[in-house]
Amino acid sequence: MALDVMIVDDSAAIRKILHRVLVQADVPLGKVLEAGDGREALEKLKNSPVGLILSDINMPNMDGLELLGALKSQDSTKSVPVIMVTTEGSSSRVMEAVNLGASGYVRKPFTAEQIKEKLAGLI
Amino acid sequence: MTQDKIVELVRHATKDVFGTMLGIELEDCEAKLDVTVPGPTEGVVALVGLAGQWAGSGTFCCSAESAKRVAGQLLMQEFKAIDDEVLDAIGEVTNMVLGNVKTALEEELGPMGLSIPTVIYGRNFTTRSVAKSRWTVVPFVCLGEVVEVHLCLAPGKEEVASLRAAKDQLSEVLTLLK
Repeated sequence: MALDVMIVDDSAAIRKILHRVLVQADVPLGKVLEAGDGREALEKLKNSPVGLILSDINMPNMDGLELLGALKSQDSTKSVPVIMVTTEGSSSRVMEAVNLGASGYVRKPFTAEQIKEKLAGLI
Repeated sequence: MTQDKIVELVRHATKDVFGTMLGIELEDCEAKLDVTVPGPTEGVVALVGLAGQWAGSGTFCCSAESAKRVAGQLLMQEFKAIDDEVLDAIGEVTNMVLGNVKTALEEELGPMGLSIPTVIYGRNFTTRSVAKSRWTVVPFVCLGEVVEVHLCLAPGKEEVASLRAAKDQLSEVLTLLK
C-alpha cells in the first residue's frame, strides 16, 4: 500500500535530498507533500493527511518542535510518526523532541542508510 | 576555549558535512586569526548568527564556481549559473557545518541558538562586522579551489560580568596568599 509522506524543511535542497532518499529506500511512496515551515505543513495537512512526516527543527514562522507539539495535540495527526531531521544535536533538544512524541531523530549530515534505518521500524 | 580547539571543531564539522552529504574530501589549509572580517570581495558568502552565553557569527565563503560545484554535488545535478537552488544549497551546507560546530561548542560554552542562514552573492562587495572580536579563518581546498569557514565568538554581557567577578575573586585570593 502506498505511503503518503510530508517533508518539512525551509531548505528546498534538503527536501529534494530527502525525497530522493525515500525513493532509494524503496519506500512504497504515494504522494509526497513539501512544506517550508511548520505553519505551512499544518495548513497542507488539513486537506491531505499523510502516513509519515520528516521534519527539520530550525525553521522560520513555526519551528519543528512547535509543529510536533501541534501534531500530537490533534486527534487527526497524533498517531502519524514524525522523524526529526536536523542539525540540532544537543541532548536537550533531542530529549525535547522525544518528550513531544517524535518517533525518531536523525542528525544532519545524514546518510541514506541512516534514514532507511529509522524508516525500517516505522513502515 | 583555545584557538586550536575552535579550528579542530570547524575542520571536523566541515569535513563531516562535505564527506557525508557531498562525497567531497576536503584538504586542510593553514588556519589563521584575523582582526577584520576576512570576507572575499566577490562570490558567495553564507552567514549564520550564534546566540547564547557566548555569541557571534559564522560564515562560509567560496567563489561562484565553487558554489555551483558544491550545490551540484549536493543535489546531483549540474548548475551553469548561480540561481536560487545554488544559494539555497550553500545556505544549507552552511547551516549543517555551523550547526554541528554549535553543537560541539555547546559542551563547553553552554546552550546556543543558531539563526536561519542568509546567503549573499555578488561582485565587488565588502563585509563588515561591528564585533571587535577576532575571526578564526579555516580554509580548505575543495575540488581544486579554496573555500573558507569563518567563526567569530565572544562572551555575552552576562558571561563577561561572570568572568570579571571570577577574576576579581582570584585576585583577592592571590592578595591574601601574598
